[in-house]
Amino acid sequence: MARVSEIAAKVRSKNAGPFWLTIDIFCGSAEAFDRLRGALGDDRVARALGCAPAALKRFDIAELSVIKFSLPRPQVQGSIRDRDMHGASFANLVAELEIEDA
Amino acid sequence: MVRILIPSGALTAGVAARPDLIAIDGGSTDSGPHYLGTGTSKYARSSTKAEWRALMAARARAGVPLVIGTAGTCGADAAVDWMVEITREIAAETGEQLKLAVLKSGQSAESVATALEADRIRPLPPERPITPDLIRACTNIVALAGAEQVGAALATGADIVICGRTTDTAIISALPLMRGCHAGAAWHGAKIGECGALCTTNPQTGVIQIDFDGEGFTVTPMAETARATPHTVSAHMLYENSDPFILHEPGGHLDVTGARYAALDDRRVRVTGSRWVPSDRYTVKLEGARVAGHQSVTLALLRDPRYVANAAQWADDLARRCTAKARARLGRDDFTIELRLIGLNATLGALETARTAPCEIGVLAIATAPTEALAREAARMLNPYLLHHPLTEQEELPTFAFPFSPAEMHRGRIHEFCLHHVMELDDPMQAFRLEVFDIG
Repeated sequence: MARVSEIAAKVRSKNAGPFWLTIDIFCGSAEAFDRLRGALGDDRVARALGCAPAALKRFDIAELSVIKFSLPRPQVQGSIRDRDMHGASFANLVAELEIEDA
Repeated sequence: MVRILIPSGALTAGVAARPDLIAIDGGSTDSGPHYLGTGTSKYARSSTKAEWRALMAARARAGVPLVIGTAGTCGADAAVDWMVEITREIAAETGEQLKLAVLKSGQSAESVATALEADRIRPLPPERPITPDLIRACTNIVALAGAEQVGAALATGADIVICGRTTDTAIISALPLMRGCHAGAAWHGAKIGECGALCTTNPQTGVIQIDFDGEGFTVTPMAETARATPHTVSAHMLYENSDPFILHEPGGHLDVTGARYAALDDRRVRVTGSRWVPSDRYTVKLEGARVAGHQSVTLALLRDPRYVANAAQWADDLARRCTAKARARLGRDDFTIELRLIGLNATLGALETARTAPCEIGVLAIATAPTEALAREAARMLNPYLLHHPLTEQEELPTFAFPFSPAEMHRGRIHEFCLHHVMELDDPMQAFRLEVFDIG
């Protein structure tokens, strides 16, 4: 077992406007990209982020070895229940997912 | 060819390269609803003045227009006025005589409500509710100007253009579009360049230059320590973008699915194949913020290992009891009391999966109510609980650490974003106002 953060070069998250959150997994190599693409199913990522799988947008970009997820923000940015104004911490939920050995 | 210099650092090299325009983005929604709600800037006035003075000096040396988009963080009219005032002060101090164009993006509630009634406002996904009452409750509404409005401001021949809310890209794309450069390249290059050197190997170096022409664009970092590569440039389409291939703008959208990124040498990248797809209707995005209540916050610290180990149970019990007491004593229930446990899950709440035991826990207690007086009352009712609430009834009253006296920090009025819509216009300038002044 290894965490996504141990396989990928970088995982970051950020607001894409006040109503969307976007998470970029920079895999760093074609090999890591293939491994993570296979292991990170939509259901699993959606569950980690607390959103419905149907609400998750996914982009597997082989040329950049990047997997990108976008989702409606769990709480609108800056609303009373929001805890993270810039959405920067959500990346950790994906970075800390455990991946089975290849 | 049109050369745009996009700064956020030392400008000497960039000015020497003879740009046609210097463009800088002055804001975004990223810092939250307070700034649009209040029409204020998040930056220190003295820092803004110092940096703007350097940009004005670079503009004078280059002899080309200087454009700022989304002035004063939020681009509301009051924030634009603040930026104009700073500009006048600098011009008076340096003795410069300047032609200043000011583009305002503020929308009256009545005009937006009228557009709603005329079925000229449409939701963006995820769809948020909209009513005339909600529109009227906004303390500020802005429309995001595109290349047409920024282009109209540039066409006045102004030395400096101060824009209210614009899209991040429009201040860069406007001039190449006016001069007939490739439309897909104009928007794509603008998106790549919007954050300066963030699209290079060395983001902290700040300044980049983008050359636009009839087929594509070329990215050149100004710092010798920064390189643009096909990877760093194409990866910037990911940044703050929910879809890395499509970017919606007033009047159409950019599609970079077919874009080709080629290294001209080890530090410059040439991009071609980007496509601009015009839309049938001309729409501008709206942003609005309204008052969401008043807030008072208290920070308490748990260090006793037993309380640290049982903090979640302690906090749930405390919040429940204090809420019940406050409801009874205030005779109302339109307020909330929320405790977030720093060290446990204050950042991610119920989504947190890490289970590391901390040595201490910060208790961030947040009282939110419709008025300031009520928020203060609720926070004061929290005070004795946060100081002494016991885990069980059969124990001596504990005392926790308060870092401050008074313990409560009053945040005053808080705001929330509440519009996620586009508004259709017959004429791009219909919702915007352009004024030209001679200053200095």
